[in-house]
This record gives sequence, structure tokens and C-alpha cells, in this order.
Amino acid sequence: MSEKIQIPSGAVLAKTPLHELHVELGARMVPFAGYEMPLQYPMGILGEHLHTREKAALFDVSHMGQAFLQGADHASLAGALEALVPADILALGRGRQRYTQLLNNDGGIIDDLIVTRSASPADDGSLHLVVNAARKTVDFAHLREHLADNIRLQPLEEQALLALQGPQAAKVMARWCPGAAELSFMSAAALKFDGIDCHVSRSGYTGEDGFEISVAAADALRLARTLLSHADVASAGLGARDSLRLEAGLCLYGAELDETTSPVEAGLAWSIGKRRRQEGGFAGAARICAELADGPKRIRVGIAPEGGAPAREGTEILSHGGSPIGLVTSGGFGPSFDGPVSMGYVEAVYGEVGAPVSLVVRGKPRPAHIVALPFVAHRYVRAQVQTRN
Amino acid sequence: MPETHFTKDHEYARIEGDIAVIGISDYAQSQLGDVVYVELPEVGRRLAMGEDAAVVESVKAASDVYAPISGEVVEANGALADNPAAVNQAAESGGWFFKIRIADRSELDQLMGADAYKSYTEGL
Repeated sequence: MSEKIQIPSGAVLAKTPLHELHVELGARMVPFAGYEMPLQYPMGILGEHLHTREKAALFDVSHMGQAFLQGADHASLAGALEALVPADILALGRGRQRYTQLLNNDGGIIDDLIVTRSASPADDGSLHLVVNAARKTVDFAHLREHLADNIRLQPLEEQALLALQGPQAAKVMARWCPGAAELSFMSAAALKFDGIDCHVSRSGYTGEDGFEISVAAADALRLARTLLSHADVASAGLGARDSLRLEAGLCLYGAELDETTSPVEAGLAWSIGKRRRQEGGFAGAARICAELADGPKRIRVGIAPEGGAPAREGTEILSHGGSPIGLVTSGGFGPSFDGPVSMGYVEAVYGEVGAPVSLVVRGKPRPAHIVALPFVAHRYVRAQVQTRN
Repeated sequence: MPETHFTKDHEYARIEGDIAVIGISDYAQSQLGDVVYVELPEVGRRLAMGEDAAVVESVKAASDVYAPISGEVVEANGALADNPAAVNQAAESGGWFFKIRIADRSELDQLMGADAYKSYTEGL
């Protein structure tokens, strides 16, 4: 027996502030983006996944890059950042956050990120960024190179990031941080959690309701232990995080997104502001605006294999007629979907929901069909009056 | 005690007369985690020792299962299609993969006995 998928071992791995807790909980630690991270705990990926959808799970995502961008005021800072991302940052309200992408001049995605405007008027001209672990060095260099000298990028090296995800997350947070439960999806505030200063947002990467908590490294362990003391909370690792985001139809950088892929191809046009589409003026705007007008050549789709065999990253996708039309970018077993799930890119004409395709797994074409994403419905807790750009 | 032999790659062959029952060891299933899919060889297929014979998939990864010895497949464990978790629950009993008619008993000499395999996994 041999595993086909091997995790490359890094040289010197960084540890998150929760490292000792992971080891104590019996996690299987693996190298990931230069960090030693928990892949799973004794409950196992399947159990952790289902627990997240049923109750609440705590994820250590401290490997992700956090930074503040600081400028003279919101308008000038937003204007500068808007040259590099297609989202409407100017219209971002205080305490609101937005998902966007750092784009290169060809409209390819350097990284995807969450941008949060501080809730406090005293911090006007400050944006909090969360970027991918494996991309933070590239991102920060890109920002420094392309933003004027009067805008300061301050990476938050000593800041942990925890995610509490699941339908019970709000109830759990409310015990120690009543303000958290009052946030709506994609909102954030500086709050106290059992006396600990932290920055809480209602967001996540599982499709469930949940929170991300940015906290000083020195306080992270106490905060994590407090959350885990709640009967509804289990710890969950990177394995469950990946199967949860895949079922939720969310993109993973390096799988669905890379420097050749545009946000329009990736099905992320919803994150491109209306004003931005009209005005352009961001890196890659020529390609993005053309794809918005004429449709992209290829599109990201969900694919449900019909047999039991998962079709993993790199699997070739064939049309009903047998010609190659694309590749799977993420695939595996969806514990809540209770079957194999894949995402990939196909030529746009083949991307209609319901269309039959074949997936070549171990040399054999197997039946599958295009499905609407997500595989498992999102359960975000949105504001009553939805303001999306 | 049934006679069981193990490979370094964690397959076992349990000898029942002329037949060997093939599966993956309990150690292997614990390393793989939750098994979600198993692909088995067709009955009648002749397998050479060390040849790719089956595939076991966990949530995270697909792994090849090799034939621990040569022989013709006489039965595949169809119950695993509906309940792949049986591999986790009972790897060395109900979670067997397939049975082969043993072609060459002398190949068994190249495998480990239960005690040798136990020491081998303890050293991993």
C-alpha cells in the first residue's frame, strides 16, 4: 500500500502560538506553507467536519498573513488599494469587510484576501488584511512595491488567528464575548473576549456561520482553551477545513486560484464592485472587463462524480463526447454531501449545470455531471438589510 | 490462530487453505483515517506479487494496495462498496478486500509474520 499524495517536508517549520495545544490534544502535525500545522485530531477528518456542521469547531489559522495598511484617511487609502484589487474598497463601511483579490496586470490572481475597515472612527485610514499563508511574502512585497510611500504596510507577526465555525458558534461566543453575536456576516469589531482584547469578525471558510478572532499571540492559548472548554466545541484541523470549504464551493489559492486565473473565470465576479466595472482603473482591468462583457473562455464549476470514486486535483475532465475540456482543481469526499465532490475548470460551453462529463480516474473515464455550487448550502447570518456592492 | 503474513506496505494475506484473504492492516487503516471508497479487482484477474490490485481512499488521499503474493482473484468484498468504513472498524476481519487462489506458496517466505510485522510498525 502506498499513498499517492505526499506532503512535502519543509526545512525549518514555524510554529503557531497554539502549537503546544495541538500536540497536547494529540493532533497529527504536518508541514503546511512553512508551518507545522494540525492536519487532524484524534476525532478524525470526517468527525471534525461533521462536528463543524452540527455544532462548532475551533481552527487554528494563525499561519495566515495579517497586516494593517495605514494611510492618511479612508478615501486616500482605499483609492490606493483599489489600483491593485477589483473590489469597491471606497464604499466599505466602518466595521465591514470584503473579499477581494490582488491582481497582476494580466488579471491573474496573486492572492485572495479579506479587507476589513476598522469600526472605530479614530482608526480612519486603517485597513486590516488577511492573506494566505503561502502567499504572504509575495503579497506584502507586491503591496510595498505598488503602494506609495505614504501608505504603511505593517505585518502583524505577533498576532494569532482563530476561527470558530458552526451553527453553535454564535451561542458559544456569546458566553465570553456578547458583542460577537451581534455582528452580521462580513462585519467586524474590536471586542473583549473574557477580558482579552481581540478583533472579531463574523466570517469564515466553511460555509457555516462563524467567527474569526485575531488576538495577540500571548493571549491565544488562553482564548483557545476557553473556547474548547465549551461542550459544543471540538478542535478541527486542516483536513476538515479543506473538505468544508470544498463542499461550500470556496476557492483555495494554489488549487482554484493562481496567477493565470482571473476572478471572472473563478466565478468571483460577485466580488467585483459595480463602480469598479464601470470605471476600471485596477490591475488587469482590460481582461476582467472583457471577460465580464463577453464571458470567460473557461469557468469554475462543481462536479459530482456518479460512482463512489473521488476525483482529485489534476483529474482530467472529458466532455460527454470524450474530448478533453478541463481539469479538476480540488476533489475529495464530502462528508456532509455524503459522496465525492470536485471543483474544476471547463471550457465555458461545457459548464452548464446538469451537463454530463467524464472524469478520468486511474486511467478510466467515469461518469459525472456539472452541479451548481455550493454542494452544501451556506448558512451565513447576514444583516437584515443586505449591502453588497 | 490463522496464519497471517504482512508486507512492508501494510497489506496482509491470511491463509485459509488454498486461498489467501487480502486486506490492509489495522495499523494501515489507523494511519489512513476514515476510509470513504475502496476499488477492488475483478474476479478472475491474475495478480502478480507486488502488482497494483486495489485502491483505498481516505478523505484526504488515494492509496494503492498491492498484491502481497501472486494468484487469481476468486472473490471481492462487495460489502465495502456500501460500507467502506468497515476497513476502519475491522481491517483484519470484516474489512478484507479480496481473496486469491494462492499461486506460489514460497512467496509467503518473503513476507513478515504477525510478530515481525508488529515490531516493524513499532519502529515506524
